[in-house]
Amino acid sequence: MQSRYDVVIIGGGPAGLCSAISLGKTGLSVLLIERDPFLGGQLVKQTHMFFGSKEQFAGTRGFQIGTKLTEQTMSFHNITILLDTIASGYYPEENILLALQNDTILHRISFKKIILATGASEKFLLFENNAIPGIFGAGAVQTLMNVFGVLPGKEVVMVGSGNIGLIVSYQLIQAGAHVKAIIEAAPTVGGYFVHAAKIRRLGVPIFTKTTIKRAIGNENVEGVELIDMDEKWNMVAGTERQVKCDTLCLSVGLSPLSELLYQLRCEMKYIPELGGSVAIRDVTLKTTNPNVFIAGDVAGIEEASSAMLEGTIAGISTAESLGIHNIESKKIKEEANQFLEAMRAGVIGEKIRYGLSKVEGSHV
Amino acid sequence: MYKDKGFLELEELGTRLPSENRLENGPVAVIECIQEIPCNPCQDACPKGAIKKFEHINDTPEINMDLCNGCGLCISACPGLAIFIVWKNYSENEALIKIPYELLPIPTEGAQYSLLDRTGEIIGIGRVVKVQTVKTNPKSKTVWIAIPKPLCMEARNIRIGECK
Repeated sequence: MQSRYDVVIIGGGPAGLCSAISLGKTGLSVLLIERDPFLGGQLVKQTHMFFGSKEQFAGTRGFQIGTKLTEQTMSFHNITILLDTIASGYYPEENILLALQNDTILHRISFKKIILATGASEKFLLFENNAIPGIFGAGAVQTLMNVFGVLPGKEVVMVGSGNIGLIVSYQLIQAGAHVKAIIEAAPTVGGYFVHAAKIRRLGVPIFTKTTIKRAIGNENVEGVELIDMDEKWNMVAGTERQVKCDTLCLSVGLSPLSELLYQLRCEMKYIPELGGSVAIRDVTLKTTNPNVFIAGDVAGIEEASSAMLEGTIAGISTAESLGIHNIESKKIKEEANQFLEAMRAGVIGEKIRYGLSKVEGSHV
Repeated sequence: MYKDKGFLELEELGTRLPSENRLENGPVAVIECIQEIPCNPCQDACPKGAIKKFEHINDTPEINMDLCNGCGLCISACPGLAIFIVWKNYSENEALIKIPYELLPIPTEGAQYSLLDRTGEIIGIGRVVKVQTVKTNPKSKTVWIAIPKPLCMEARNIRIGECK
C-alpha cells in the first residue's frame, strides 16, 4: 500500500500523541504509527500519580493521562492512526518509509516532514548467569503486571534505584509480590527521595554501593549473589552474600531508540547524560535533516512530563516548517518551552541540562 | 542522609518540623519532602492557604503551621505520598496520624494493625479510626490511625496481617 502524508509521526507515546494533538488543529494530513495495538506508550503502565505542575497533569495517574491524550488524538479527522505497525526502514533516494502492519501489510509511505517519537529501550546488565528465566527488565515487569495482569514472580530483587526501579518496586508490592531488596551501585539513591521513602516505610531495604555478582539457579532464578562496591566501582572481594528470590528485575537505565534517525541522515552524537546516541537539534527540535523533528526519550532520556512538552513543541515546529503559523500555537509553544526550562532548572535537571548543552546547536 | 538511605531522620526536616508547642495545639501537617524535584500540586491543595505558593516548580513546600488546621486535604494531592497529619493530643493517651495508603486490602475501621516507622520496622500497634476517600483521587485512601502518643513523629505506615 502506498500513501502520502504531510507529516508522519512515529511512536504513539506521550511525545508522539502531543505532537499529533498540536498537528490535529492545523488540518495537515498526519499519519501516526504505533508498534503496540494501543496508543499511550509507557503511559498505559503508569499507575502512580504524576509529578510536575497541574498544566502537565500533575496528580493524575499516568494511564489516565494516556487515555486523555489518546481520546484527544482520535478526535481529529485529519489524523490517521496505524496500530500494530512497525516503522522498519527509510529509503532516502525515494523518500519512502516502510511500515509493516500486523506482520502482513507493508505500507510505503512518503511524507513532507517526519517526527520521531520512538522512545527508548531498556539497558541490560552483564553478570554471570544472566540469561536464565526469571530475569526481567523493569519495563517488561510493568507490562506483564499493569497491562496483562500477570505477576511475574513472588520474591523479587530489584537492581537499580532510579525512579523506574523505585516505582516498579512499589507497584510489585501493590500487586502482591514481596520485594526483598533494591540494590544500587552508586553511593546514593538514584530516584526521587519521596519514591524511595514510600518503599522504605513498607520495609524494603535499599542497599547502595552494591551490585549483583551472579544469578543463582539453573532452570530459573533461585537467588542472587550480591557484592559491595568501592569508591572506584570495583567489587570488594569477601563481601558476597546471597538473597533468595525467584525474580530479578533490572532497572539500569534506558537508551534512545535512534536507529531510524541514522537512516534519515541526521547528525548524531553520543551523549552519556542523555542515555546514548541522540540527534543534534535546535530549540525547535529540528534535527540536522530539516525534514526530521524529534521529541521524547529518543531526544534524550527524561520524564514523561518533558516528553509531552517536547511533543507539543515538535508538533508546532513541524507545522511552522510547513508554513502554518498562528498566534495561539506560537503561544502554546512558548509556554511549553518555559515549562521545560523550569522543570529542568533544579538540581535534578542538572544532568539533562549538561547533556543538552552538548547537542543543542542554537540552545538559548 | 536521606539520599543514602531512602528515609529521613527527623532532624533532616529542620524548620519543617512543627514545634513542640504547635504539636500540643491540635492537628498539623508534616510535609516530608525535602529534595528539590519538579513538582508543585500541594501548593493549590490547602483551602486555608497554609502551603506557601511556589516561586519555582523545583522549590520544596513550606507550610505556615499557624494557618494549618490539620484537615488533611493535602495528603491525597501529593503525588509523592509525602504528607502526613499529626494530632498529638487526639485523646489523653493517644495521638492520631493520617497517612496516605495505596495497598489492598483496604484497612478496616476499628481494626488494630502493626505500626511501622520510616524504615518499615514494627514499632507498635495502631487502631484505624477512619478510612477516608477523596473524590478527586478515589484509589488513594487517607487512613486515620490512633497510636500511642510517643510514636506520633515516628509511625508513618501500617501493615495488615502481621499484628502481634
